Amino acid sequence: MMRRYLTMLFALLALSACDEMNQQPRYDSYEESPLFRDGKSLQSAPPGTVSRNARADAEALLNRPPMTSALLERGRERFEIYCRPCHDASGYGNGTVPARGFPKPPSFHSARLRLAGPAYFVSVITDGHGVMYSYADRVAPADRWAIAAYILALQRSQSATLDALTAAERQKLAKGGS
Amino acid sequence: MFQPAQVRLSQKCWNNSEARLLEAEFRVCAGGAFARVRFSSHPHEKEHFRAKGRDVPQIFTASADTRLRAVLALLALMLIAALAFLKYQDSAYATLRDWVRHQPVPFSHEHHVGGLGIDCRYCHTSVEEDASAGLPPTHICMTCHSQLWTSAPMLAPVRQSLAEGNPLEWQRVARVPDYVYFNHSIHIQRGVACVECHGRVDKMPLMKRAKAFQMQFCLDCHRDPAPNLRPPDQVTRMDWSSWKQNSSEHEDYGRLMVKAYGIQPSKLDDCSICHR
Ligand code: HEC
Repeated sequence: MMRRYLTMLFALLALSACDEMNQQPRYDSYEESPLFRDGKSLQSAPPGTVSRNARADAEALLNRPPMTSALLERGRERFEIYCRPCHDASGYGNGTVPARGFPKPPSFHSARLRLAGPAYFVSVITDGHGVMYSYADRVAPADRWAIAAYILALQRSQSATLDALTAAERQKLAKGGS
Repeated sequence: MFQPAQVRLSQKCWNNSEARLLEAEFRVCAGGAFARVRFSSHPHEKEHFRAKGRDVPQIFTASADTRLRAVLALLALMLIAALAFLKYQDSAYATLRDWVRHQPVPFSHEHHVGGLGIDCRYCHTSVEEDASAGLPPTHICMTCHSQLWTSAPMLAPVRQSLAEGNPLEWQRVARVPDYVYFNHSIHIQRGVACVECHGRVDKMPLMKRAKAFQMQFCLDCHRDPAPNLRPPDQVTRMDWSSWKQNSSEHEDYGRLMVKAYGIQPSKLDDCSICHR
């Protein structure tokens, strides 16, 4: 009798160990898969595949969106994420990554880049430039224009005159604010 | 089943004038056959019951007491085991909290996030639009490490991965069970800061799981999301101590945003929100 209870107890204990719902027979992103030779469940698209977004992306890349404050806000956010580590917050190229030995990027405030225009910045993000990799995989076409717009704003900001500021802003500046 | 040896023991007991054996029936097993042996109780006791005019019926076997003790002991043991199990379930050992796993490269979030100030999204690119935050492909490591630490032995697996086109095999640190359908994008869009679930990764030289990721943890927030909502443009910020210190300034933020987003906390703990 006792032995039967003991077996039941052990069977119950053993049951708690089989947690099949926890690891279900399906692939999560990045999970290993023996099905494919490279062991990845997340297979890349076969060569020649055309993305469903390809046309919209191409159009977004060609057409410069109108300058709005929303575009600038978006541009600032994306710039801070993807460009700031090297180009620094104001675009002089003194980011934390160059400080560790990455080749120093050129300043956005040089005469050449001040004349370059937004389409050039978009093309640098898309194709990369020299040792700078392409950011096309991380920055969507519309966001590239947003970043370009923000770089234009950065460039303006460095040569802005006092007259361009409102009285309130001038007061703030005098107080040492930014 | 009683062995004859035990029966002898009981008989001795009966002979003792102190014995309080009333009436017992033993089954003695001898040579495979069962024999019933009946003992009458102590003479005085018997008289006592006779005087009251009733005969004592035979209810319990002599081993009943032992069995009762065994059952009680078993219950106590089960209780202890249950308590121990509950304690174990919450332990850092079972939940993998604060445990560092062996990784192909000893990647330091402390250095990249805390030291260099790189935003989470520089590498975890799909966190805003996808269920999964996105593990960076080797290419992303290389946007910097094509130039930096190019011969560091520590980074040899990264270079090998790039050269051979094989992904780095990271060991998952923050994981929910397969029956939980967690979606990063909605949490990021509503401003639940990364640090809320992942802890201060900017202070982790090696990645570890900051929270136990038990259901209670999810429910606490789903039932009362307001205190955990932050401005979505700051979700990746790590240090919120100033926000919490000036909590009076932000008292209304969460409450108003819950309203603005149309979040209904009463529905946020429906099973189907996370399980399907
Ligand atoms: C890993 C560091 C790094 C990051 C991140 C980075 N850059 Fe660069 N960038 C560089 C370096 C280095 C150069 C100079 C490349 C060269 O001349 O070989 C450069 C050059 C440029 C140039 C100038 C090209 C020219 O004609 O001289 C532009 C414009 C630019 N980057 C824009 C961006 C934008 C926009 C981003 C964000 C999406 C960005 N960069 C992110 C490192 C970086």
